[in-house]
Amino acid sequence: MAETIRNEGSAGVALALCEAIHESKDRLSEIDGATGDGDHGVNMNKGFMLAKDRIDVGGSLSDALETIGDTLVDDIGGSMGPIYGTFFDTIADDLDGVAEIGAPEFGEALADAAEALMDLAGAKPGDKTLVDTIMPARDAFNEAEAAGKGFADCLSAMSEGAERGWKSTEGMQAKLGRAARLGERSIGHLDAGATSCYVILSTLAKEISARL
Amino acid sequence: MQRIINDPDQLVEDMLPGFLEANKEIVHRSEANPRTVVSNFCGGEPRVGIVTGGGSGHWPAFIGYCGQNMVDAVAVGEIFSSPTAKAFEQCVAEADQGKGVAILYGNYAGDNMNVKMAMRKAKKAGIEVERVVANDDVASASKDEPDKRRGVAGEVFMWKCGGAKAAMGGSLEEVIACAQKAIDNTRSIGIGLAPCTIPSNGKPNFSIEPGTMEVGIGHHGEPGVRVEPLKDARGMADEMVEAVCADVPFGEGDEVALLISGLGATPVMEQYILAARVFDDLRDRGISVYRSYVGNYFTSLEMNGITLTLMRLDDELKECIDMPVRTPALVQQ
Repeated sequence: MAETIRNEGSAGVALALCEAIHESKDRLSEIDGATGDGDHGVNMNKGFMLAKDRIDVGGSLSDALETIGDTLVDDIGGSMGPIYGTFFDTIADDLDGVAEIGAPEFGEALADAAEALMDLAGAKPGDKTLVDTIMPARDAFNEAEAAGKGFADCLSAMSEGAERGWKSTEGMQAKLGRAARLGERSIGHLDAGATSCYVILSTLAKEISARL
Repeated sequence: MQRIINDPDQLVEDMLPGFLEANKEIVHRSEANPRTVVSNFCGGEPRVGIVTGGGSGHWPAFIGYCGQNMVDAVAVGEIFSSPTAKAFEQCVAEADQGKGVAILYGNYAGDNMNVKMAMRKAKKAGIEVERVVANDDVASASKDEPDKRRGVAGEVFMWKCGGAKAAMGGSLEEVIACAQKAIDNTRSIGIGLAPCTIPSNGKPNFSIEPGTMEVGIGHHGEPGVRVEPLKDARGMADEMVEAVCADVPFGEGDEVALLISGLGATPVMEQYILAARVFDDLRDRGISVYRSYVGNYFTSLEMNGITLTLMRLDDELKECIDMPVRTPALVQQ
């Protein structure tokens, strides 16, 4: 198994992300309906489907991720547009010009994206947001990398970390976003943003691994 | 749910053409962004540009206040959802007349992020841009956490004063300071009697039991501070005046601007029934009402309920509140 994937020609990873969000649409709206407006799936699907049509199918992964990011920022709005838009734009910026993407490059992009997202949203771990998915995912990836694991193992550690983090939001009381207004009543429900973040990270892991 | 709509997912797209044509003497749509509404009066003698924006469903906020001497450009979001950073960015570009732009909006997570991103882009493009974030809702967080308080109907006063200061030729610094002073001296509270339904969701976004009222309800149905047995209009007025006056605090000798707004389904007649008692209560406290606004000034779809807003005035804010304006929702001679 190779330790890197070629940036050029890997736009398929981004297309698979769009597909994964599309397939999760109803589940995301349902989860959001318990504590929020119930429109998370609809909004995410709208953004990712728009992006899918704009992605150059044979192009690079970094360009495709930038297309997703720009579409979310420019056309979706709300909270999720800027949050995921910043996430994807940061990864795209970091990977832009990188010919072969391996664990060090991906790990750094993931860490930068997590940082940029927290800076923009003002969310901390434990606030019951997508930060609770992304931080354990980032940490798990870094630990695996530090332990000398290969890229595929790092990605699978990231996916497991994301899943753990996502599930942990069920027991949390929301501190930010619309669900925060429910206070204690938000406990016992998964966070919708944490759920879509898990879908994104686990799909990234699966699709990159498949290309190694 | 019986509504006057075409497609529940296309409310904003379907509403804007009607709004724009009916008010074509005052506003138009930006050619560069379909979600940016611009005042026809923007672009005379150069002045500081005023921008706002927010989710749709709050008519007349936000587009209804776009016009002469008030807001120059408005970013339009989906129902109860922040406009895009791009729409705010286009607003800044449209409102910029070379003297800087003030973005005056309410404290909500999505709006904060999109405005922040738009400001970054505008600054890169060489436009001087600053913001004031309204946080007048006393029920949304304690007094010690003003950053967590939401902006509600008090935003109307912030736009009125910021827009007036710009019309008087104030610098960006002066406009920002004036809008900040306006909102710092403004407090609001709402009472909810029945929820609203976002058509694309198809069901009410919260519930209020018959015979009860929710004190401190937010503009999107955010839970209030307490649920109480339903009171009469006098009882509601007393409670609202107390909540607002205790917070600033407003006291004897103060002069205030008063704004009472229905939340969408509340008959204006009932708003005047509440207003009558509010005037009495303020008189009893030695507070004089310099100017008042009663009607649907900031709503939440078809929510039943009402908000009370007071702004404490000094000479500068009085001059601002007296400034004539011409917008689709507010005409003041």
